[in-house]
Amino acid sequence: MYQVDFEINPGEVVGLIGPNGAGKTTLFNLISGFLPITVGEIRYKGQKINGLNPHQICWKGVARTFQSTKLFAGMTVFENVVSASLFGSKRTVSLFKAERETMELLEFVDLLSVRTMLAKDLPIAHQKRLEVARALATKPDLLMFDEVMAGLNPVEVQEAMGLVAKIRDRGITIFMIEHVMKAIMEVCDRIIVLHHGSKIAEGRPEEVANSPKVIEVYLGE
Amino acid sequence: MEGLNVITKRPVTVGAVLLILILLAVMPFYAKPYPVISLTNILMYIILTVSWVIFSGPTHYISLASAAFFGVGIYTSALLGKILPLPLVVVAGGFASFILALFIGLLTLRLRGMYFIIFTFSISELIRHFLLWWETNVEGTVGRWVVMVSHNTVYYIILIIFVMTMLMAYLMRQSRFGLALRCIGEQEEAAIHIGINATIVKTLTFAISATFMGASGAIMATRWTYIDPRIAFDPHLSFMPVLMAIFGGTGHLYGPLFGAAIFAYLEEILTTKFPYYYMLFFGAILIVVILFLPHGFFGLIQKRWKGGSK
Repeated sequence: MYQVDFEINPGEVVGLIGPNGAGKTTLFNLISGFLPITVGEIRYKGQKINGLNPHQICWKGVARTFQSTKLFAGMTVFENVVSASLFGSKRTVSLFKAERETMELLEFVDLLSVRTMLAKDLPIAHQKRLEVARALATKPDLLMFDEVMAGLNPVEVQEAMGLVAKIRDRGITIFMIEHVMKAIMEVCDRIIVLHHGSKIAEGRPEEVANSPKVIEVYLGE
Repeated sequence: MEGLNVITKRPVTVGAVLLILILLAVMPFYAKPYPVISLTNILMYIILTVSWVIFSGPTHYISLASAAFFGVGIYTSALLGKILPLPLVVVAGGFASFILALFIGLLTLRLRGMYFIIFTFSISELIRHFLLWWETNVEGTVGRWVVMVSHNTVYYIILIIFVMTMLMAYLMRQSRFGLALRCIGEQEEAAIHIGINATIVKTLTFAISATFMGASGAIMATRWTYIDPRIAFDPHLSFMPVLMAIFGGTGHLYGPLFGAAIFAYLEEILTTKFPYYYMLFFGAILIVVILFLPHGFFGLIQKRWKGGSK
């Protein structure tokens, strides 16, 4: 990361785009605490969070999905989500409450019927949804999606866009990396563009789409 | 709410377990000394293997530090056996290993895969060579005498440690702590992002498993009149729990128990009949298990049992 400076406001859906290798996932890793920052600062709800461990940042209300899904493959769909419900906050959650929340979340993402299946046996679209449900189970205020629509067919992309809208309607702030431009343009309030680790553009979808710098970066690829 | 209980609650046949424990408890009264001594050895291996699986089973971190923890227990016994009552010596042996494991865990549990394996093995070797150097160059004599205790006393203390180890293994699997361990083993990066403090969970579990190894080392030391670093920190004791766990199956509560019991019994017989070749047999058994029984011997029995009951 060289020069990245931006803000995300509560309730927004902000997209993060850029060519491969621009540093999008690296930025997510820095925000989630998986990678350390050497220069600069990340603030969440006014508090500095760089230097905290990922589990502490999760407890503060930041959750994420992963570019390649990282499910608990040998555990069931239900177990994947209930684990997040049990551990996702600093306060102890009762098993009864965690199981009830899990059932609600699985219904929300339409995975209730497959809750006893092992995560590794799910098709890719369901795996993506399961990862979303697991992230939601930690009760985040900020949810970071890393290419949640990658590998999906057009019907599945439409369903995923619907899910993003439903999550936004719950008041959760969304920061999403996507290569599916249709989704980014339709769902996002604002888009940030990265290139070679630096922010090169920021604005509403139509502004970014017409930015000469962005066009040059993508056409140059 | 449907009965989907994420924290596995399989019915434990309490009656059968209690009966076996009673039979084990009264064994010195009806059996000859040799079977009691053999069973002491077998229980020792079961403790080492089940303790190893408490940590390495769910996390998939292969530790070769068992000899270090067992050896620390032995040396604790040698140092304190003359000044403290035996139960306290055993507790001290367990505690010393707990502290050592906390220290090693905080240092090494950031490492993964082969690096962790090599580092844990090197810890045992480092302690062994350090003690050899110390005893040779500072104390002037290598080895120590150990206060001897009757076979039955050793047997009963090992039996108590065995019961506590099995109880701990069972409770861990049923608890949130056990669930956190499973998550870490499945996908550590995801686990830390859903709020699991993986460092604390791994380090504590590593230390708990070391405690039972240290305690068993402390009591087993009293079977030998003389110990030295080569005996106490024998690398064999790092590798055998791994082999026994793989043989029995690491994914089940009883897999390592059966694996250790069968292997320990085989060792007893084979070292007598084929003292120079018995490790070849173990190597061959291990190859067969790895190639054809990925879930271990107990995993195969479970699979057949479930298949038969359908």
